[in-house]
Amino acid sequence: MKSSRFDVTVLTLGFAFLYIPIIILIVYSFNASRLVTVWGGFSLHWYTAMWSNQGLMDAAWVTARVGVLSATLGTILGTLAALSLTRFTRFPGRMLFSGMIYAPLVMPEVITGLSMLLLFVALNVDRGFWTVTIAHTTFTMCYVAIVVQSRLLTFDRSLEEAALDLGCPPVKTFFKITLPLIFPAVIAGWMLAFTLSLDDLVIASFNTGPGATTLPIKIYSQVRLGVTPEINAICTILIALVTVGVICASLSTKRAEVKRIRDEHLAVRGAT
Amino acid sequence: MASVAETNPPAANAGGPSWTRWLVVVVPYVWLLLFFVAPFLIILKISLSDTAIAMPPYLPTFDGFGEIGDSLSQLDFENYIFLTDDPLYIMSYLSSLRIAAISTLLLLLIGYPMALAMARAPSSIRPTLVMLVILPFWTSFLIRVYAWIGILKPDGLLTLLLQTIGLMGPDQQVQIFRTDTAVFIGIVYSYLPFMVLPLYAALEKMDNTLLEAASDLGCPPWKAFWKITFPLSLPGVIAGSMICFIPITGEFVIPDLLGGADTLMIGKTLWTEFFGNRDWPLASAVAVILLIMLVVPIAIFQNQQKKVV
Repeated sequence: MKSSRFDVTVLTLGFAFLYIPIIILIVYSFNASRLVTVWGGFSLHWYTAMWSNQGLMDAAWVTARVGVLSATLGTILGTLAALSLTRFTRFPGRMLFSGMIYAPLVMPEVITGLSMLLLFVALNVDRGFWTVTIAHTTFTMCYVAIVVQSRLLTFDRSLEEAALDLGCPPVKTFFKITLPLIFPAVIAGWMLAFTLSLDDLVIASFNTGPGATTLPIKIYSQVRLGVTPEINAICTILIALVTVGVICASLSTKRAEVKRIRDEHLAVRGAT
Repeated sequence: MASVAETNPPAANAGGPSWTRWLVVVVPYVWLLLFFVAPFLIILKISLSDTAIAMPPYLPTFDGFGEIGDSLSQLDFENYIFLTDDPLYIMSYLSSLRIAAISTLLLLLIGYPMALAMARAPSSIRPTLVMLVILPFWTSFLIRVYAWIGILKPDGLLTLLLQTIGLMGPDQQVQIFRTDTAVFIGIVYSYLPFMVLPLYAALEKMDNTLLEAASDLGCPPWKAFWKITFPLSLPGVIAGSMICFIPITGEFVIPDLLGGADTLMIGKTLWTEFFGNRDWPLASAVAVILLIMLVVPIAIFQNQQKKVV
């Protein structure tokens, strides 16, 4: 089908709406003036100010550790959950299981955050780094499960079956055949989990404790006091990190895809 | 593929020794039971408890499963009765539902043409367009809401723009920040990718020969849209609407940062009850009622997801 002028207009306006606020935010992080509406010239002042803000740096370090740990745990659990959902069509409580995977995706964060906190209080666990990590693991694993599940549903099972038929133990088959094949989805899942953890304010606010202030909590408390270019600077760095990460991931997936297609061609040629 | 599945039932060839198979299911299952389901039972129980000035600020505390019988006698519906007595809470619930419904409608009106245009674009540029929709989703929610504060403030960039192009006098200012309008802008902006992607997924799969057949038979394009395109995209419409409507109802960050003092939303009320008034049982009761309100939309969403899989 041909794109009409209407389609082009709609997409231009839509993407302008999505990107202009982010671009403005980035541009004003280089503003020498403190006022949003006054352009005082190019300056890296806010980046140096941010760098020497100890509270902000501590929060960034906590967030990075929570993010890496919860994304890794969430990816392992989410991949297992995806395997259970796609490979085992029947086990007791499967309905409840798939419900527990889908519900956290849409559950309002205030409910998830509050209920988790009450669990930790009931179990008499001190709130802090670990409670935030566990809370993040729980909601990110569901996103990972969805991403990995969609890959598992489309992939060719015959390779796996061939390995099993030739006597390869199932665990080894998983690590030698299945995991390499679903690996791009697992990586995508990990990145999604990491950014979700990096991004979360509400669930972290409920479950945090002394010494475990994450970056969003810090940013939120500063934003409530007013707009400062220092926040723009840290936001710009976060946006840059995420953009570079996403682009690298998509390039490596594409390269893996190209390599796979080439290998398949070679295999076919070799066979004939 | 289908014949393979028929000859080899999935359960037969996937696990191996029963304990490894067992572990694959049990580990995530137990994790979710402990950290997702158990908290809901606790929230239900605490919503029926009394407030206390202590740490944690509620009575009775959880003393192990043996004493559940004892503590049940101390539970009452006081918090729920309080919620129905105070019009603030009922207004908050109704206002949340109203804001979520209007936002979802706005998202559909903006998201549908975008998804349609993406699905009709040449297939070579479609992955790039999808990437462009996803990318803002990867940047922080808080950052995107924050970006709008700088634009919408009375002395912000929108005022500056309107003054510069002469639509507004130098002494006038845009009065959008801290109103419901700002909340709608923030919500539509933040949730747009969640609406566009399911719609695009539904529209992209569509068989274009149906539309060609309709136009060959003399059906005008707008009529073909309503008779063919829209009905076929309905699963995407439902999925996108639910993915947006449910979390918007409990939204906290957007109404808190962009809304005014009179913008009532239940997520904000719950937050204030918990962090401001430190009334944990009441906050729990607020959460339980919100959850009950969302049971139907969540069930629709789950059902839709099952069909997709």
